[in-house]
Amino acid sequence: MNWFTKTFSSTIGRKIIMSITGLFLCSFLVVHLIGNLQLFKDDGGAAFNIYSHFMGTNPVIRTMEFVLLAGFVFHIWDAIALTRRNKAARPVGYANSHPEQNSNWSSRNMGLLGTVILVFLIIHLYNFFIPTKTGELGPVMIDGMEYDNLYVKVVEAFQNPLYVALYVISMIALAFHLIHGFQSAFQSLGLTHKKYTPFIQKFGVAFSVLVCLGFAIMPLYFFFFL
Amino acid sequence: MDLTLKVWRQKNRESAGAMVTYPVKGISPDMSFLEMLDVLNEDLLRSGQDPIAFDHDCREGICGMCSLYINGRPHGPERGTTTCQLHMRHFNDGDTITIEPWRAAAFPVHKDLVVDRSAFDRIQQAGGYVSINTGGVPDANAIPIPKTIADKAFDAATCIGCGACVAACKNASAMLFVSAKVSQMAMLPQGKVEAKTRVENMVSQMDVEGFGACSNTGACAVECPVGISLENIAIMNREYLSAKATSENIA
Repeated sequence: MNWFTKTFSSTIGRKIIMSITGLFLCSFLVVHLIGNLQLFKDDGGAAFNIYSHFMGTNPVIRTMEFVLLAGFVFHIWDAIALTRRNKAARPVGYANSHPEQNSNWSSRNMGLLGTVILVFLIIHLYNFFIPTKTGELGPVMIDGMEYDNLYVKVVEAFQNPLYVALYVISMIALAFHLIHGFQSAFQSLGLTHKKYTPFIQKFGVAFSVLVCLGFAIMPLYFFFFL
Repeated sequence: MDLTLKVWRQKNRESAGAMVTYPVKGISPDMSFLEMLDVLNEDLLRSGQDPIAFDHDCREGICGMCSLYINGRPHGPERGTTTCQLHMRHFNDGDTITIEPWRAAAFPVHKDLVVDRSAFDRIQQAGGYVSINTGGVPDANAIPIPKTIADKAFDAATCIGCGACVAACKNASAMLFVSAKVSQMAMLPQGKVEAKTRVENMVSQMDVEGFGACSNTGACAVECPVGISLENIAIMNREYLSAKATSENIA
């Protein structure tokens, strides 16, 4: 291995990759949330369908899709590598241990929360991403142009209470993942400072709660009000 | 005080161990935790049994030799104390107390509650020193060091290397220990000269020893008997990243 691969396969190097990909995935959440807010526009889904058409055809977005995929792959790959290493670092556990007295539950269960999010992600892609690629969506006319009607697919999916429950629970898991992960990323990157760290910590909590709340409201809105 | 102790007994490195229950009677609340174990060991010796092996030296909280995972916490339930400074008044009559060794692949159990912490020594040997001759004690203020930096370096230097951070960490990570040693010297002019090579070599040795990675749970800093701050871990991450990016060590 050369210095580069050595750096990024060290324990600190892997945490640096976790941090950078984690923060990148946070930026994706913001874009995704803002775009999805079109769902709330009272126009029978026209704005949302135009938006989803743009996301599916714009070359910059299509390219970023691969960057996003890489972000997920590196984040998950390094999580697995780190978890394996961390488990191996303590082959014999304690008979009596009280970690709740010295650390937060979410900080100790990032892998578990991440697995819940991964399962959600796969179901989520199956629900909405795959149908846009297989051409199974019905057509809809908006201003004389034909679009794929993803909006109807969303409305239909969120009539199912199981999906609504799954989406809401997954967003709670995501919120806890981010509450620890956001500020942890800055610590791993060494970006701590007396002036900025208290803000980063507060911002991280607000960011996690607001973003996840925003996503969780969507299935609840369609289930209860439509 | 009468207590019930559940203690990890293990004959040697190779043999399997188990928790063994011992009743202890007539313990004074003024005794330290180690003195309580001394009482038990005297009883064991009198009845012809093998006494419980545990590490101790100065018994005044400065050497870092004592350890013990007591009731699920390194150095017991009190914050900012080593096991030798933990007094029995913090327990109640009739309590059951579990006592286990530090658990980490890098700290193999040597006997009973004694673990081999020489992994820490090897990390120190990999770069935790200043190899240039720094001469005698310099005149005060001959080397200008801001007070805040001097304080931070001194705080990091108070690490006694007991290993409670590793014991507390869910990943058995040594990041708090290594970062205290790295940042302490990276902040001062004498140490800055070798800062890049130091952090590269110490982190590399830390990984070789089989310690886990840092999940930033903060458990280490909570359990540290001398209050080493998590800021040191951020400093080390910063040092490591910049060293890897700019040092001329390509191996």
